[in-house]
Amino acid sequence: MKLKNPLTEMFGRSPIKPMEEHMTVALQTARELLGFYRASVNEDWTAAEASYNAISKLEQQADELKKQIRLHLPKNLFLPVPRADLLELITRQDKIPNRCKDISGLMLGRKMVFPKQLHEPVEAYLNTAFSTVEQAHTAIAELDQLLETGFGGREMDLVESMVSELNRLEQQTDHQQIALRAELFKLEPELPPVDVIFFYRIIEEMGDLADRAQRTGQRLLQLLAR
Amino acid sequence: MSILADYGTILLVLGCIFCVFMAWGVGANDVANAMGTSVGSGALTIRQAIIIAMVFEFLGAYLAGGEVTATVRKGIIDPAIMAGHPELLVYGMLSALLAAGTWLVIASMLGWPVSTTHSIVGAIVGFAAVGISTSAIAWGKVGTIVASWVVSPVLAGTFSFLLFKSVQWLIFNNEHPEAAARRFIPVYMFLVGFLIAMVTLLKGLKHVFKDSGLKLSYLENTGIAVLIGLIAAAVGFYFLRRVNTQAPQGDNRYANVEKVFAVLMIFTACSMAFAHGSNDVANAVGPLAAIVTVVSSGGAIAAKSAMPGWVLLLGGLGIVVGLATYGYKVIATIGRKITELTPSRGFAAELGAASTVVVASGLGLPISTTHTLVGAVLGVGMARGIGALNLGVIGSIFLSWLVTLPAGAGLAIVFFFMFKSIFGA
Repeated sequence: MKLKNPLTEMFGRSPIKPMEEHMTVALQTARELLGFYRASVNEDWTAAEASYNAISKLEQQADELKKQIRLHLPKNLFLPVPRADLLELITRQDKIPNRCKDISGLMLGRKMVFPKQLHEPVEAYLNTAFSTVEQAHTAIAELDQLLETGFGGREMDLVESMVSELNRLEQQTDHQQIALRAELFKLEPELPPVDVIFFYRIIEEMGDLADRAQRTGQRLLQLLAR
Repeated sequence: MSILADYGTILLVLGCIFCVFMAWGVGANDVANAMGTSVGSGALTIRQAIIIAMVFEFLGAYLAGGEVTATVRKGIIDPAIMAGHPELLVYGMLSALLAAGTWLVIASMLGWPVSTTHSIVGAIVGFAAVGISTSAIAWGKVGTIVASWVVSPVLAGTFSFLLFKSVQWLIFNNEHPEAAARRFIPVYMFLVGFLIAMVTLLKGLKHVFKDSGLKLSYLENTGIAVLIGLIAAAVGFYFLRRVNTQAPQGDNRYANVEKVFAVLMIFTACSMAFAHGSNDVANAVGPLAAIVTVVSSGGAIAAKSAMPGWVLLLGGLGIVVGLATYGYKVIATIGRKITELTPSRGFAAELGAASTVVVASGLGLPISTTHTLVGAVLGVGMARGIGALNLGVIGSIFLSWLVTLPAGAGLAIVFFFMFKSIFGA
């Protein structure tokens, strides 16, 4: 006998867990990008391609998750936080894997290898960018605890401090970016001009990755602000 | 009076059969809602839920079901008008039972949510309006009952909202939520025990003790209720000490707090079953009680006649049988689907609903437990405690409850004329 029970019918699909899952996928793409970069430094293009394919796959997975979340947020759903805020937050989250894919796609297509003097600073820079994504993930992972406490109180303070750490990391990438550009500028005369243009572009996009992680955190705070 | 003299025993036996049929339907279907939240939150296993339901549904029906039973028995129809035709009242109540029970089964098969309360009230109003006369119905009382169907979910929602807010403030917002939970939860347990005991003592027990002439003053009642509340808190305290939260936690920092809340949920589950027993069982028992009083008094419809205790027992038994034969399946199904309610949220919803139902029982208002639970869950949602609630569904739920009224009435009218032609009037 099928049972349409009023009590069970009431409960919609909570978007909270899927949001966290989506962010976890975003974090995995960023982690894969680190591997991709190391492969490019070693000029191991088979490994780099494998990495790029993994990033592609994860990016698709993130898209699918995003789509599912949007589909399961109909207008008549009663949510603990405004629906528009959730949709906006997932949009922000989804920009992270996209950027990872852009960076790896461009580098793979042009088989780009940074000049030797820049290997270390670029890696450090990318690591900081990765840390921002990690920190954004940590903040988003608080969503279920926030739901537990009714999106307020002490839990809120905790998320706020997480986001200020995220801001600090993002600022660190800014400083690293400025230093990197200065280094690259010094090397310009010895490098093919077209390559230089693309080095600048990749540096910019890595910075943008950290930016996007930061904006995710900001959006989370806006969602919590009443 | 020859009809009652000739067929009295048959009518009585039929009444008992229909009453058990209806109570069975309540046990098989309706109880699941009362217990599902506890199972869904993981506070109780299905086996535990069934045992609690059996014991406390029965206790609720027997100890606190009298007032509602009295309302169903003699509050909806004006007894003075019926005095000339006692057999009509008997037919009517028989058909009301049969109609409500049948409707319960039909609706369950079709998968519609159905309220036993609505169907029984609809059935009684239906047969009285068509079979006797519209003036036979105490419309004022019916109006109060119908109004309470709207008021009770709102009230339950308000209660559960406030309860959940208090949990947020006192416990989740504390620096050490787990320690706070261990400190405050016994207070909630006291509340559960006190409230249930108070309403039962004030309203329910007079139906049980009325023969022995036991009368307690208001102060004595309060004292006993406080004592019961303290006992509940003490028992809870003992249980709490046995909750081991030393194990490493998962990804949720509040996992341990929820573990502690699960103990509290055992208490609210008991209160929920008690409340459900006190209100919804009475729907099945009320009409039978009316039949019994008419038949045993040889047709005198006395508004003040005593209500036999064994009728309440019968209803309680019917529920237990319904639970044992079929209810556990439904509880399992529902429990699997209500996982959104963690123990802290489920507690707020259950206590909000249970207290509303118990108070309504005390006032003699037949209300729907499921109704109040839906209201209570909404209340927790309003306190931003639930991930997602389908508001669209709620409209259709209310619609299906409203449909129950004419359905119960229509079936009751058909059965009423059937009995009338079988036994003669």
